[in-house]
Amino acid sequence: MLLIDINIKYQNFTLQTCHTILASGVTALFGRSGSGKSTLLRVIAGLEGCAKGRVVWGDEVWQDDSHFTPPHKRGLGFVFQDSRLFAHLTVAGNLAYADKRARDLPGANLDEIVDALDLGPLMARHPATLSGGEQSRCAIGRALLTRPRMLLMDEPLAALDANRKAEILPYLERLRDRIGTPILYVSHNMAEVTRLANHLMLIDAGRITHSGPLSALLADPAAAPALGPQEAGAVITATLTAHEPDGLARLQTTTAPLFLPHIEAPLGSRLRIRILAQDVIIAREAPAGLSALNILPAEISQISGDDGPAVMVQLRAGDDLILARITRRSASALGLCIGMACFAIVKSVSVAPAHIGPDHNTSHQRP
Amino acid sequence: MVTVCHEPTRSWPALAYAPAGGHHHSIPFDPWRPLAWWLARTRSRFKPVVEALTALPLVLPPTVLGFYLLVLFSPNSTFGGFWVQVTGETLTFSFTGLVIASMIYSLPFMVQPLQSAFEAVGRAPLEAAMMLRATPLDRFFTVAVPLAKRGFLTALVLSFTHTLGEFGVVLMVGGNIPGKTKVISIAIYEHVEMINYADAHVLAAILLVFSFATLLMVYTLNRRFPSGGHG
Repeated sequence: MLLIDINIKYQNFTLQTCHTILASGVTALFGRSGSGKSTLLRVIAGLEGCAKGRVVWGDEVWQDDSHFTPPHKRGLGFVFQDSRLFAHLTVAGNLAYADKRARDLPGANLDEIVDALDLGPLMARHPATLSGGEQSRCAIGRALLTRPRMLLMDEPLAALDANRKAEILPYLERLRDRIGTPILYVSHNMAEVTRLANHLMLIDAGRITHSGPLSALLADPAAAPALGPQEAGAVITATLTAHEPDGLARLQTTTAPLFLPHIEAPLGSRLRIRILAQDVIIAREAPAGLSALNILPAEISQISGDDGPAVMVQLRAGDDLILARITRRSASALGLCIGMACFAIVKSVSVAPAHIGPDHNTSHQRP
Repeated sequence: MVTVCHEPTRSWPALAYAPAGGHHHSIPFDPWRPLAWWLARTRSRFKPVVEALTALPLVLPPTVLGFYLLVLFSPNSTFGGFWVQVTGETLTFSFTGLVIASMIYSLPFMVQPLQSAFEAVGRAPLEAAMMLRATPLDRFFTVAVPLAKRGFLTALVLSFTHTLGEFGVVLMVGGNIPGKTKVISIAIYEHVEMINYADAHVLAAILLVFSFATLLMVYTLNRRFPSGGHG
């Protein structure tokens, strides 16, 4: 458990937070650019000397009024946005730099890391000759070789284009599942966050506004404004049961089947699927003559609206929670109220491939 | 005060300089490296003062610097006297004194390239090293120094070649004693004064070729080193 009780004032920005972070699984710190998420990560690492407050890891005080543990003694790994590989060393040299300074500590060994990140073919190369994605992989491997007690990742994929991102995400998922190091992952990309994290913290204007298990928080209509209307959307888990001949994938949820565009995964895989609130339609009766394939029987569990023309409706479909963003006018025309039985309709093609990823931490998926 | 030995000599002055050059360049590194490091990273308000002091030998007439050094090195002064007590030798008109004087004279040529090389390395790779459990000293030797390699090479060669051509300070402090503190640049002056152009030509040509070859080597090697920063 990591406790951060911190207050930093910059010229036009104050980071003020008192919060605990779980030292297990993947915790995502999500916020817009300039919300203070990277600064918070640097405070935890000890890289922001001017921060005032307390940072405590378990029973070790890293920072208070009279004491400051320097970064190299905190036992944390850090993956910077700009990989920061050492230009004067090869990939092997960069990895050895970390490995040499953490040899006696428990954790993954060099071969495991090289294998998990496919670094073998890159070992003799210099950082300047690597692609952005390759640099990211090396930087992640190097950080893990310090056998960190927690790995801090500051938007490690932000500098990469969509294709490179898609190339790295599976590696991160593999690491999350193979190497049990807790990860604190800073990002402003919700698709990345939903694929990797099982715990979510939302940060806005220097303050942590919401925190909780990923699926519960994403399905919480109250947290939706913090994510922005475009990003709000719940995550459900489903099992891939068939690759249909027409190119669709059939997934089993706890209620009805879902049909989504082809998914590159073996049958039987447990998958996380993020369904954006704006892509969900609510019907009071089972619709007929509708092109949408995905019609999930559900029950309305929450309705929340702000002053705007839209309301956020939370639906319980079996064990899963789904968010729908509909107009206030529709909500009153349908007479929606809590406890009402209805149907959630999701258009198959609206679920982007980036919003689907394997799920291995089902224990964290409980709403 | 200064007795310049004008004894005409056919002895080969370059031989006298060889130990001076060879000896010299390995010494000035170590006191100036931490200074350059400090200048590159400090936020102290005394930084401009130290920077100005460091650059002083660049603008000061060599005779002024030579004069003060001569006063400082004199066995009658506190420092010079202490030196005589400890080593049994005087600093004035000795090879050791010449080396120390050269170090001070070439200080800006040493510190400034190093400082800018360290500045070019920046905080980023050092923060990365911090997060890889490297202690401050470890970070300095394994990250800052290798990434500032280009600056080291420049500093080394600039101060070496600069020392090769120095005149005023050497004359003041060293006294141009053949076989001991006589250097090429002064020997050329002597040859010219005695209208011995043939010997002056030979020595001048040697200095010219040597300086050019050294600089050529630096610029060639520079292309092979990373320019600092990170990849």
